[in-house]
Amino acid sequence: MRESILTLLERNSRMTPDEIAVLLGSSSELIAAEIRKMEQENIICGYNTLIDWDKAGSDAVTALIEVRVTPQRGQGFDNIAERIYNYPEVQSVYLISGAYDLLVILEGKTLKEVSEFVSSKLSTLDTVLSTATHFILKKYKDDGIIFERKKKDERMSITP
Amino acid sequence: MKELSHSNLLSAKADSLKPSGIRKFFDIVAEMDDVVSLGVGEPDFDTPWAVRDEGIYTLERGKTFYTSNAGLMELRKEITRFLKKRLGVRYDPAGECLVTVGGSEAIDLAFRAMLNPGDEVLIPEPCYVSYVPCAVLADGVPVTIPLQDKNEFRLTAKELEDHITEKTKILVLPFPNNPTGAVMRREDLEAVARVCLEHDLYVVSDEIYSELTYTGEDHVSIVQIPGMQERTILINGFSKAFAMTGWRLGYCCGPEAILSVMTKIHQFAIMCAPTNSQYAATVALRDCYGEVEKMREAYNQRRRFLLHAFRKMGLPCFEPFGAFYVFPCIREFGMTSEEFATRLLEEQRVAVVPGDAFGRSGEGFIRISYAYSLDALKEAVGRLEKFVTKLRENS
Repeated sequence: MRESILTLLERNSRMTPDEIAVLLGSSSELIAAEIRKMEQENIICGYNTLIDWDKAGSDAVTALIEVRVTPQRGQGFDNIAERIYNYPEVQSVYLISGAYDLLVILEGKTLKEVSEFVSSKLSTLDTVLSTATHFILKKYKDDGIIFERKKKDERMSITP
Repeated sequence: MKELSHSNLLSAKADSLKPSGIRKFFDIVAEMDDVVSLGVGEPDFDTPWAVRDEGIYTLERGKTFYTSNAGLMELRKEITRFLKKRLGVRYDPAGECLVTVGGSEAIDLAFRAMLNPGDEVLIPEPCYVSYVPCAVLADGVPVTIPLQDKNEFRLTAKELEDHITEKTKILVLPFPNNPTGAVMRREDLEAVARVCLEHDLYVVSDEIYSELTYTGEDHVSIVQIPGMQERTILINGFSKAFAMTGWRLGYCCGPEAILSVMTKIHQFAIMCAPTNSQYAATVALRDCYGEVEKMREAYNQRRRFLLHAFRKMGLPCFEPFGAFYVFPCIREFGMTSEEFATRLLEEQRVAVVPGDAFGRSGEGFIRISYAYSLDALKEAVGRLEKFVTKLRENS
């Protein structure tokens, strides 16, 4: 049940417990209670809106930054990750396997703002060994949604 | 010079076939703007990307030649493996499996391979539109069995028995059913199987919607009932389960004696099913069943949504557990299905298919397809409710 509710909400967080109950053949009280529980357990962490900011006329830039760090005794990567994710301009921080350690997604108003952040805040952290910054030029698909696609029904309107 | 005379020009048999009732409706809809259609008989999902990708890849590689008449061995192996897994029945890919141009071709082939002039074919109605004309073209005599709303449009042993004569040879089993969405449970099939065995009937089981059932249990096929596999042509395909209608690919499995004759006709009429589609379908069966499950869940949610909406509207509708159709009853409005559908289209711009397009016993019902997004369904249900409310106010 939980997985079905989450799958529906992940696609459309505006769906009400009433609507979900109809689709899953359940009662809206039950669904509402389950959602509340999942909010309390931090399984549901928030309700976002997926926006194509380019289309909204925003000039903000997004960068993916590969960060190599020295893990700290007893802390692993958690401490350094926290020092990075506390910056509000940081969108996401992932611990990654492979050639580098942390993947930081950063949003800034301009290229300059992003490079300022990297050179003055990120690189200067004690445990950071090196960074590599990649600017995102175009978003094709985000969170499972393809931005450009206009879905037109190509089927004939009546078929047997 | 003699004038072309109509009677000389055409085969009387072919000329006598009634055009599909759906065609007329389609022409009206095509002229209108802002129509929300609930009239299609094909999935709204795209073919899974892995399947399309395989199609592209094999084109790039130039795999564009004929295949063997029966179809790629690789594909036939996947098909028989799939049937073994889903139904627990064994077919030999080398002699008991034929890849066809959609399930439709298999229906035509089965009749042409098995019917002699005058042989009767029992066809439960309402049903898909091609069984009757295909039986006629194969010199058979179609005998329809009107199914009942009160039985949730299942075929009962009694109904079957009542229509059997000395000439009866084939029973068509179109379940899960288009247009009603009805499914046959195991006990229903066992009862029907007993009658078939007693009267020595062959079965053409059109199971094209087998992967789209919502009972919570797997689809049950007549071939799973002891004694029936050897007298059944099992027809299925990729159109509905894998959203591959335009690829035109189906298949049939059955006793080698019948399959070899079907393959012979197929060889002369078609040669082989489209090569490109065959490669793509191999990937569909091998890698894409997870996508089928996702689509099934989406259909099930829409099905529940529609049934809930009809209950709220007070529109009587039995709960269908298969395909992607619901078949509500509109008798209370004192109109024929066609009048109802025409007025619904003209007044609210919603296209549905009148039930009688699928046989006389569909009169009094309309077929509503839920192969549409929830948003489209919401819009359509809103319009339908307005229409129904107005009709009730005026009566």
